[in-house]
Amino acid sequence: MMPIILFYIFAVILLLSAVMVVISRNSVHAALFLVLAFCNASGLFLIAGAEFLAILLIAIYAGAVMILFLFIVMTMQTNLVQLKEGMQHYLPVGFCIAIVLVVELIIVAINWHIDPNVAEAARQPLLQNMSNTKALGSLIYTNYIFLFQMAGLVLLVAMIGAIVLTLRKRPTNRRQVVARQHMREPNQTLEMRSVELNKGVDDLGGYLRPKETYYGIAQEDSFGPKPGDKMDITEKRQEREQSK
Amino acid sequence: MGFIDRTARSFLLSELLTGLGITLRYFFKPKATINYPYEKSPLSPRFRGEHALRRYANGEERCIACKLCEATCPAEAITIESESRNDGSRRTTRYDIDMTKCIYCGLCQEACPVDAIVQGPNYEFATETREELMYNKQKLLSNGDQWESALALRLEQDAPYR
Amino acid sequence: MEHFFLHTMVGSIILIVLKVLAVLVPLLIGVAYLTWIERKVLAAIMLRKGPNVVGPFGLLQPFADAVKMIFKETIIPAKANRVLFFIAPILGFSLSMLAWAVIPANDGWAVANLNIGILYLLAISSVSIYATLLAGWGSNSKYALLGAMRAAAQMISYELAMGLVIASVLLLVGSANLNDIVLAQRHVWFFLPMFPMFIIFFISCLAETNRPPFDFAVGESELVAGFFAEYSSMAFGLFFLAEYGNMILMSAIISILFLGGWLPPLDYVPFTWIPGPFWLIIKILICLFCFIWVRSAFPRYRYDQLMRLGWKVFLPFTLAWVVLTAGFMMATGIGIYGGAA
Repeated sequence: MMPIILFYIFAVILLLSAVMVVISRNSVHAALFLVLAFCNASGLFLIAGAEFLAILLIAIYAGAVMILFLFIVMTMQTNLVQLKEGMQHYLPVGFCIAIVLVVELIIVAINWHIDPNVAEAARQPLLQNMSNTKALGSLIYTNYIFLFQMAGLVLLVAMIGAIVLTLRKRPTNRRQVVARQHMREPNQTLEMRSVELNKGVDDLGGYLRPKETYYGIAQEDSFGPKPGDKMDITEKRQEREQSK
Repeated sequence: MGFIDRTARSFLLSELLTGLGITLRYFFKPKATINYPYEKSPLSPRFRGEHALRRYANGEERCIACKLCEATCPAEAITIESESRNDGSRRTTRYDIDMTKCIYCGLCQEACPVDAIVQGPNYEFATETREELMYNKQKLLSNGDQWESALALRLEQDAPYR
Repeated sequence: MEHFFLHTMVGSIILIVLKVLAVLVPLLIGVAYLTWIERKVLAAIMLRKGPNVVGPFGLLQPFADAVKMIFKETIIPAKANRVLFFIAPILGFSLSMLAWAVIPANDGWAVANLNIGILYLLAISSVSIYATLLAGWGSNSKYALLGAMRAAAQMISYELAMGLVIASVLLLVGSANLNDIVLAQRHVWFFLPMFPMFIIFFISCLAETNRPPFDFAVGESELVAGFFAEYSSMAFGLFFLAEYGNMILMSAIISILFLGGWLPPLDYVPFTWIPGPFWLIIKILICLFCFIWVRSAFPRYRYDQLMRLGWKVFLPFTLAWVVLTAGFMMATGIGIYGGAA
């Protein structure tokens, strides 16, 4: 009795929150309703006795995927008016895609047939002394190992694609290479000069600056002017004096 | 060799452990805190605390309403009004210090020719309302009466250095 | 009596409530005193005395603070999202308490002895990011939002490393049941063979609980108070309780995964006299001391360095360690089919 009541509670909340995901005007609320839907779905898994899947659903979908989603949605300025601007323009295309999807779903549904043994199988206990986790693991890593690996590969490709799309080299980038910083020693990079009284650093050829060896260690573009560049203080000073 | 040494150090987190070691050493050191308000730290005779108006031994107030303190006060916290008394001497009818303006610089007591306005050793004069910090002559004189022995002692101790 | 508690509906519900209270009441007292311990330890390291006026040694200070906090005014920012603004602290606090259901204080002494206890803990800790995120977004304040964003990114990054560390422990044990994990350490505690993982797990715990040197979510100097900048009164108090509850929880997880849970250090007479729960408490206290000790010793990390540490150092290292552990077990046959699963 208790599982049935719980089932209906979870199922109703799940469906309601799924509806709210679609009709919410605020995108953050929509995302949060989706999280609620995930939590209820994992409740359903728990009732079905699949505790591993239930926890995984929460840990991965609610705990990682949706957080990244929320991340983007929260920082975005969503303007509904602006969003709806192109609505009429794209409506036909969207409609076509919707029809394709519906047709596909119908085809799948027509060909779907429920195994007559399924009701019987649900009543069967899992293999003797085998926990949910272990049963799932042995299934995935033996029968479906190649499919599993392929799924992983698809995700890897998607990840690499995202990185390639977003990674660009900006001229203003000043990348920090921590290992290099740790590895270098003071005498490799800095030159201490003793400045005489009333003379100033200009007469010694400019301010205290990194030694030439530093440019060998430094990452490309991570340091300003190089010795050859026309940035030497003495030259500037000479120019200034000439202009006087 | 230096490379191996440094790599080993960074993998063994030696710098982090050094830092932790130092803090742990301090954990066991005797504490420097003075247990205020049960213990108090010693005050210099020049400590500039709450203001007070002093009197002569015969009960006559010292202040002669010269208004030097009012003129010198950089925060313009002092307000003085004066009249001549029946016996012909100049006395203040009003001597107010706005303690919320005062910056405790001590210029008023430096300026005073008769050591009337002084800053005493008291620093525990927090009040519950802002109005209580607008000191008037009566309050300042009663401060002076209350702290007179301490004030006289401080002036005496500080005298050789003036 | 026994029949009533074990076999009737009402009795079993009462039993569950009692069990929950038996965990939560000491836990909440522990949280209250953790704030006192933190203030005392930090004070001692800074050569101060810490709270010592309210009660003997300041022992009543946590209660004075609680009373003060309850009687303060709850301020709701005018443009805040009221629902989320209030859900966030409640969520944060209840999640940090919920996780204690699976922590075993002694052999079999857990409110729920789950088969997948450690995964449950992982799920709870990943969901608890929502409290931070909702608080940050719901307050409608830039500091809060920035703090929440930082916290969320940080917690997700370090959860990966934590997950892999846990995976390597699970490989050795062969079960995700916390009870089994402790029992598998009967001969040797896991922090000895897996010392690098122990250190990485500890550092990840610091990041996961937003403790210094990884307290970017709060970051007083740049974000005022981070995600709870707009909170006051007991709503703030709940975040505070949640943070310290999470600290105790993480210490408990470290104790269970690496320090042998309730097991005594040596299985001989003077040690076995002390009952298991006390050993667990002692280990938790040692971990908590380390949490506070680290806070006193190191300055706050820079945000990009934190990310670098999580993704470029811990993640590859732990991944390699998982492979290494699995390979070692395959090669030597040690530990395979071990554990209780």
